[in-house]
Amino acid sequence: MIKPTLYAKWISLVFAAFVLAACSSNDTKEAEAAAAAAAAAEEQAAQEAAVQEAEQQAQAEAQQGREAVAADAGTVFYFEFDSSSLTEDARAQVDAHVQALLGNNDSVRLEGHTDERGTREYNLALGERRANAVRDYMVANGLPSYRIETISYGEENPVAYGSGESNWQQNRRVELK
Amino acid sequence: MLIRRASLLALLFFASSLHAELQIEINQGLDNPTPIAVVPFGWQGLGAAPEDVAQIVDSDLVRSGQFAPVSRRDMLSYPTREADMYFRDWRAISAEYVLIGQVTLGTQIRIDFQLFDTTRQLAIDSGTVTGPVTELRMLSHRVSDAVYERLTGITGAFATRLLYVSVMRNPDAKDFYRLTLADSDGQRPIVLLEGRDPILSPTWSPDGQEVAYVSFETSRPAIYRQNLRTGAREQLTNFQGLNNSPAWSPDGNTMALVLSKDGNPDIYLLNLTSRALTRLTRHFAIDTEPTWMPDGKSLLFTSDRGGRPQIYRYDLRTKKIQRITFEGAFNARARVAQDGRNVALVHQRDGRYHIAVLDLVTDRLTVLTETSLDESPSIAPNGSVVLYATKRGQDSILAAVAVDGGVRFSLPSREGSVQEPAWSPFVTP
Repeated sequence: MIKPTLYAKWISLVFAAFVLAACSSNDTKEAEAAAAAAAAAEEQAAQEAAVQEAEQQAQAEAQQGREAVAADAGTVFYFEFDSSSLTEDARAQVDAHVQALLGNNDSVRLEGHTDERGTREYNLALGERRANAVRDYMVANGLPSYRIETISYGEENPVAYGSGESNWQQNRRVELK
Repeated sequence: MLIRRASLLALLFFASSLHAELQIEINQGLDNPTPIAVVPFGWQGLGAAPEDVAQIVDSDLVRSGQFAPVSRRDMLSYPTREADMYFRDWRAISAEYVLIGQVTLGTQIRIDFQLFDTTRQLAIDSGTVTGPVTELRMLSHRVSDAVYERLTGITGAFATRLLYVSVMRNPDAKDFYRLTLADSDGQRPIVLLEGRDPILSPTWSPDGQEVAYVSFETSRPAIYRQNLRTGAREQLTNFQGLNNSPAWSPDGNTMALVLSKDGNPDIYLLNLTSRALTRLTRHFAIDTEPTWMPDGKSLLFTSDRGGRPQIYRYDLRTKKIQRITFEGAFNARARVAQDGRNVALVHQRDGRYHIAVLDLVTDRLTVLTETSLDESPSIAPNGSVVLYATKRGQDSILAAVAVDGGVRFSLPSREGSVQEPAWSPFVTP
């Protein structure tokens, strides 16, 4: 025996077929094609969205990874006495930050500092030269210059207050903020 | 404007009750200083005298390193007028000179003084200075100036003032900066500006009525000028990059300064009337620390265009640049004496930074200091002494040395660091 519910479904299918048959044959084909296309498009969109989401997630994870690397690299880059050349260590640090910054829209402020030796105003210029050296290196590696602000404090903001090389080397720096 | 004036008055009133921040220690005087007795001055006025004028003069003369004042306890008498002078009293205690005087309070305050030579037994100088009661200390310094000039032939520079920056270091938070104006003996300090952002390069207008300095209060460096009488303050520059080293021209119309807006630090001139900016130097090296020759026809500045910082001279007429220091690998931040001959600068020798004087006539460079982190030389308006900053422990202190190296004294702060002293020009009372 056929159950009453199944029987009712059969009735409705037959009815639907009759209605479709009543339409012109062209219209029927177009409607079928359109429905199929719509379904396919929907399917494709869903697939693409899934892929995109996965990609975005992967990108976000990669960016998070780059930002973590940058954070690990530290935001203070040290310099030799009376020099504004980036050391090998500083280059590696700045590279990590550039990689992270290329994946976001953050702006950065580079603050140049010197040790206490020499004169204050000359040290302001030397601090600026250091900040500019970091900026130029970042720009050469693809970061647009409008995202970088530089400022020099010269010898005015020491990290270590005493004299002697152990203190001075901590003060010859560029801080990324 | 009214509010600003009122607050300045409040500040002046408050400041006048402050003790001096700087102390004075004489480190080295002349081998044979001249013995002089500065007798307590008489007082004609209500109540007690507001200041011990003789003590102020005495301290000034001691600080010069050229005099050995006689202690009051050793004096046999305290004359305040010529009729009471007995030369034998002074020869008995080997005082070569005696200064007496009296202070009279009227609508203004007046100091009459007389200087005696005990060998020749005669008055060799006398004078009167008058001014408002609040200026009694400055009037006393003018008595010191008169005595000093009469006995040494050199114009005194006691009735002048100092600017300096003090810093309270704070390892856990931002440091605290203060720009202070004080008398040449460190007394009567007045705070002109304070805050948590760096203050640098204080300097005087040639008439002594205004000061200029660099402040980071906007989170970037900018040059400001401030009128000492009215308190009116104006921001002069706000360029991208460095804005520093303001230096007033001798005629007061132009300010030399350093900007890096065009890529790297160069010297510019700012016309203070038209505000027109003229670029003087154009070099990829660091050009900084401009200072004017007293005739206003050329400037000295520091540049590392030769590889290391040296002093160069820019001739405003020919626009030619000429290097003037050749000894050592570091010479910077020149300041020229009023005679246009002696140039005080920071000179590095064996890794140590000293104050030196370059004689522009003989081209001879003389190192004046033995300490190792000396900076910011400022020459007294009479050309006799160089005031500078040096290190004592972790703190910066002010110190002074005679241009001939004979006399040294230091002015440590009671608290924190003091740096970047700027000695005022002579101010007509």
